[in-house]
Amino acid sequence: MNQLLTEIVAKYNYWLYVVLMMIGFYAMIGKRNLVKKLLGMNIFQTAIILFYVSTGVKRGAKIPIVDKYAALSQGVDPGQIINPLPHVLMLTAIVVSVSVTGVALAILVRIYRRYGTLEEDEILEKIRS
Amino acid sequence: MTATNLHLYVMAVPLLSAFAVNLFGRRYRAAIGPVAVSALGFSTIAALLTLLRVLQQGGYRYTVGNWQPPYGIELVIDPLSALMLLLISAVALTAAIGALKSTEQELPGREHLFFTLYLILVAGLLGLVMTGDAFNLYVLLEITSITTYGLIAMGGGRAPLASFNYIIMGSIGACFYLLGVGYLYILTGTLNMADIASILPGLESHAAMATAFGFMLVGLWVKMAFFPLHNWLPNAYSLAPTGAGMMIAPLMTKVTVYLMIRVMFSIFSPEYTFFAHSGVQAGIVWVAALAILCASALALAQRNLRRMLTYILVAEVGYMVGGVWLANTTGMTGAVLHIVNDALMTLCLFLAAAAIVYRTGSLEFDKLRGLYRRMPLTMAAFTVGAFSMIGVPPTCGFFSKWYLILGAVEAGHWEFVVALVLSSLINAVLFFRIIEIAYFQKPEQAAAGGLLAGEAPLLLLKPLLVAAVALLAVGIGSGPLVSQVIRLALPSGMVP
Repeated sequence: MNQLLTEIVAKYNYWLYVVLMMIGFYAMIGKRNLVKKLLGMNIFQTAIILFYVSTGVKRGAKIPIVDKYAALSQGVDPGQIINPLPHVLMLTAIVVSVSVTGVALAILVRIYRRYGTLEEDEILEKIRS
Repeated sequence: MTATNLHLYVMAVPLLSAFAVNLFGRRYRAAIGPVAVSALGFSTIAALLTLLRVLQQGGYRYTVGNWQPPYGIELVIDPLSALMLLLISAVALTAAIGALKSTEQELPGREHLFFTLYLILVAGLLGLVMTGDAFNLYVLLEITSITTYGLIAMGGGRAPLASFNYIIMGSIGACFYLLGVGYLYILTGTLNMADIASILPGLESHAAMATAFGFMLVGLWVKMAFFPLHNWLPNAYSLAPTGAGMMIAPLMTKVTVYLMIRVMFSIFSPEYTFFAHSGVQAGIVWVAALAILCASALALAQRNLRRMLTYILVAEVGYMVGGVWLANTTGMTGAVLHIVNDALMTLCLFLAAAAIVYRTGSLEFDKLRGLYRRMPLTMAAFTVGAFSMIGVPPTCGFFSKWYLILGAVEAGHWEFVVALVLSSLINAVLFFRIIEIAYFQKPEQAAAGGLLAGEAPLLLLKPLLVAAVALLAVGIGSGPLVSQVIRLALPSGMVP
């Protein structure tokens, strides 16, 4: 038990992302309201963004903005700055996630106009009848 | 324009013409078709030249904007990706010509939007097969997916709902893939596929590597609708506008299978993929066999032609995944040949379905009565496509199935052989049922629809006939195609 606890505390960022991801996953699969599913999808994607960003962090390191001339003359100590690449990757992933959400919301508007509801059960009932 | 970056034009021309179609399509409606078709025609010719060049001089790598890898994004043009470039652009060109008439009928006034998405989707697919960067692959995968969501949602009736379900499933797939890339990045600190492949050996004992492998594969399986994860596909593809279905159905699943091959062999090594975890390889072949059988059985239950085709499509994914995972050259050859063949067969059948729905307005089996008399050319092409799906020589479907069966026998996976043979039988039942309805049964009210419904317009008929001839041509040319192109296209290091 103690060992497990130290494991969790030592890598709490990864545990946090797993928990967030499972919340999102549950909402996507388990919820019957389409907007809640979409929100679940967003939580899921945010969890992955968190995961990536936390991989770039180093203990005691600063943000990766360095003086150009100092860097050119003395070089950069990679231990002193956090890894910026995961952040940059996640900028792209955020763009992707925003576009998917946009398309999904537009489609939800169309669904709502057609069926007058966003509850999956009610929509299926209306399709059947 | 120099020959060295010809492959870039293959992708750039559809992408740029998409913007032109979107900006000017509303005002100059007549120009949409010519712009789209000529852009895709240019892509096809350029892809053909690229393939010829690669076959003569071997594959090459290209760094975009001269940012050197592993930091910059690298494009990899080897025989396999050049073959895929040609396949995608040719299928997209043929489907686009057919889609002109269908969209005019189904989406009046929205053709420019349709073709904008269509062209971006083609550009995304072309980019997917070229990229040599694991993260770039994710971005392009999402570009193709987002355009597909939009195209499907343009359909009438329940299409938006089907599209929404596809968004949820597709996002899960893409996120899983992204997670896998994340683990690889933690392990290796790079995103370039070749670079990852050179760092990974020696790290096999790390759990993160297996996690990355698992997440990436499952993500791609969701995207390609591999059997237990296929639920989104039949609704989405059968409710999409006819013009969109014609292009999405032949290409999306096939390109994803190609991506799976890329992940398995370009990032991970064949030794790792097949032998690092005992039981995985055999297990996946079993699942593929199950996929083929279950999807074929589900196809039997359908009473609508296009819906039936979508279930056959799910079964075909099982063919290809199983073929790749047989872990021998013959099975792999069969799988790659089947990517080409299945794209052409699906194109032919979906074009035939589009021609039928253009004239009769319905694809329910009951409405197909007497079609051979009313649309003889369409149905002749449909029959060629059906024979190819069943696997009757000399259509191309026979040859890839033959390789797959040989590969399965070689690997000793008899369950896969049984699944392939049974699925051929089920396909025979499926298609002969339709041929029986359409050939022998008399239409109910010959007077009502009989006079009106003749052949589909030439613009729809011509691509259909081209696709049917292509099935025969690829079938007859299978020998040289395998020995001169596909053998070269097999990933290096493949276990003989």
